[in-house]
Amino acid sequence: MTNIFAFNIPFVSIFLMMITAIITPLVPDRNRLPEKLSCYAIGIVGVLSAYLLYALTNSGQSIAFNFAMGHYPAPWGNELRAGPLEAVLALVFSVSMLLSLLGNFSSTQEDIAPARRNIFCVLVNLLTAALLALTYTNDLFTAYVFIEINTIAACSIVAVKEGAETVRAALRYLVMSLVGSGLVMIAICLLYDLTGHLLMQNMHSAIQVLVVTKNYMMPLTVSLGLITVGLAIKSALYPFASWLPDAHGSSTNASSAILSGLVLKGHILTIIKIFCRVFGLEVIHALRMDTVIFILGVLSMIMGSVHALREKNVKRMIAWSSVAQVGYIFMAMGLNTTAGVAAACLHIIVHACVKPMLFTSAGGLSNAAGHKKGLHALMGTFYVNKWAGLGLIAGACSMMGVPAFAGFASKLSIMLASFDSQFVVWVIAALALSSVLNALYYVPAVIVIMTHNEDARRNFTASAPTKLYNFTMFMFLMLNFYLGLFCMPLLRLITRGVNVL
Amino acid sequence: MLEKLLLNHYEAAAVILSGIGLTNLLLQRNLIKKIIGLNIMDTAVYLFLAAKGYVEGRAAPILIQAEGGGWVTNPDVYVNPVPAGLVLTGIVVSVSVTAFALALTLRLYEHYGTLNIDEALMKMTEQQEDIEAKISQAEEDVLA
Repeated sequence: MTNIFAFNIPFVSIFLMMITAIITPLVPDRNRLPEKLSCYAIGIVGVLSAYLLYALTNSGQSIAFNFAMGHYPAPWGNELRAGPLEAVLALVFSVSMLLSLLGNFSSTQEDIAPARRNIFCVLVNLLTAALLALTYTNDLFTAYVFIEINTIAACSIVAVKEGAETVRAALRYLVMSLVGSGLVMIAICLLYDLTGHLLMQNMHSAIQVLVVTKNYMMPLTVSLGLITVGLAIKSALYPFASWLPDAHGSSTNASSAILSGLVLKGHILTIIKIFCRVFGLEVIHALRMDTVIFILGVLSMIMGSVHALREKNVKRMIAWSSVAQVGYIFMAMGLNTTAGVAAACLHIIVHACVKPMLFTSAGGLSNAAGHKKGLHALMGTFYVNKWAGLGLIAGACSMMGVPAFAGFASKLSIMLASFDSQFVVWVIAALALSSVLNALYYVPAVIVIMTHNEDARRNFTASAPTKLYNFTMFMFLMLNFYLGLFCMPLLRLITRGVNVL
Repeated sequence: MLEKLLLNHYEAAAVILSGIGLTNLLLQRNLIKKIIGLNIMDTAVYLFLAAKGYVEGRAAPILIQAEGGGWVTNPDVYVNPVPAGLVLTGIVVSVSVTAFALALTLRLYEHYGTLNIDEALMKMTEQQEDIEAKISQAEEDVLA
């Protein structure tokens, strides 16, 4: 890697977010300066990640590199690793984070007390730093530390909105997260004990030796199981997802968008890295973990939608739909092929762009209905806030998998990836059933917001949506169509990234 | 089987302790007890790491002065410093998480007057039902 500027980007972007988190509380709290500062910092990270992606795909040389922290060589030092997949995910995470903050700029002002807005910015910056670190790190214990930072920041942005309900939701989220991270920590210690390394690639070679010589297979299976379950709890796979609707449904709109779109993805990405880089897909197959996550993924796709069907509150409905979408990602990972993992990564990107759009538009619509969150209260709100209505419709189409919308691209790639696998019938059946279930709750929501309702219209007390809100929705819609219509180059890029993960 | 267990008694103790901690964290209703469970689980992991990091007859990884002057640089004299580093990092993480959980517990107690998270949910539902009942009562009054 000759381009020294691109070489330093992974470290610089994590460090920039950390520094911003530290200086945000010192910035005077006038004109919402701390929030603007955070947005600029996230924007800079986005630009840097885009440049890194450009440099990695155009260098023509080796397309992934290791960055030794403090210049200590491999088995001893701490490392970051960046390839096309990491760069593209860092770009998507920062863009989605930025849009989530911008779109909910005014609702954040209403929901969070002025004295707490500084703290909210600190938490968002820390969360971005943790996500970037989870994306780039090549060291399993560093990953654990950032998983914990992610947990604290994520629970705090639920509790930052004043109220009894959010405190309860945050505590519930925290307890489940702590169970998850406890299991992850035990598993990492077991793995360190078995392999003698914490760097992922060194662990990989040690695990290969163990598997070939058939030594310590039982502890290896236990640690893989613990780490998968631990991270699955944190990424809200179905049997472990009971905390999610409370946390995502009760928090402020910006927090819901960030939690659903990004925080879950950081943990899923960690599982992908552990599967591909630490264990290797053959070992995962030999230990049967691919079947386990495939079954859990399918279960999550169905049950997430079934729970969403029963919800009357629009934000809780969208939150349960996240559980279903996480199921898609795990199902694609369970195919245990490079194409399957690439499809899972594409769905991560799609969901990271669509879910913040859905939460932002749901926030805009319930604002138009006078802060009511029940689905029926939103009747006719499409005509009050058109951009929010369009966002909800596009998001619903995307979740159902209507062609030309983002969700179609990832569903198609999951299906294409399944053709080489033994599970092909199951994948097609699960995708079909889940799409129908998605339609069963998204279509009524769209019908409700588009139903003319003259009585309610006169009673709407909302302030008009700001220009910033409309601009953000426009950007979200453009992203959605871009992913839906031109996903093939992106998929090829991701496949290259997965190959060098 | 029993021989192996006796040979690895530190690890066996760590596994039992972490099981106790995890069960408490999951099943206790009282939040303070949950947090104590969390700490037991974390401490069990530190015990495991400390037991694994200790090699009999080796010194702590701080340079020892050799008899003829100079330092002993042979790595076989010292234990691996990484497990101790992991324990330290783990303690820092566990302290901050515990502090955060206790702070949230305090807020929950201020809002609901209980440390039980299920009871808090019941109280919240009751409050909401009260409010809804009052609203419908008011609407009926207006109509009458």
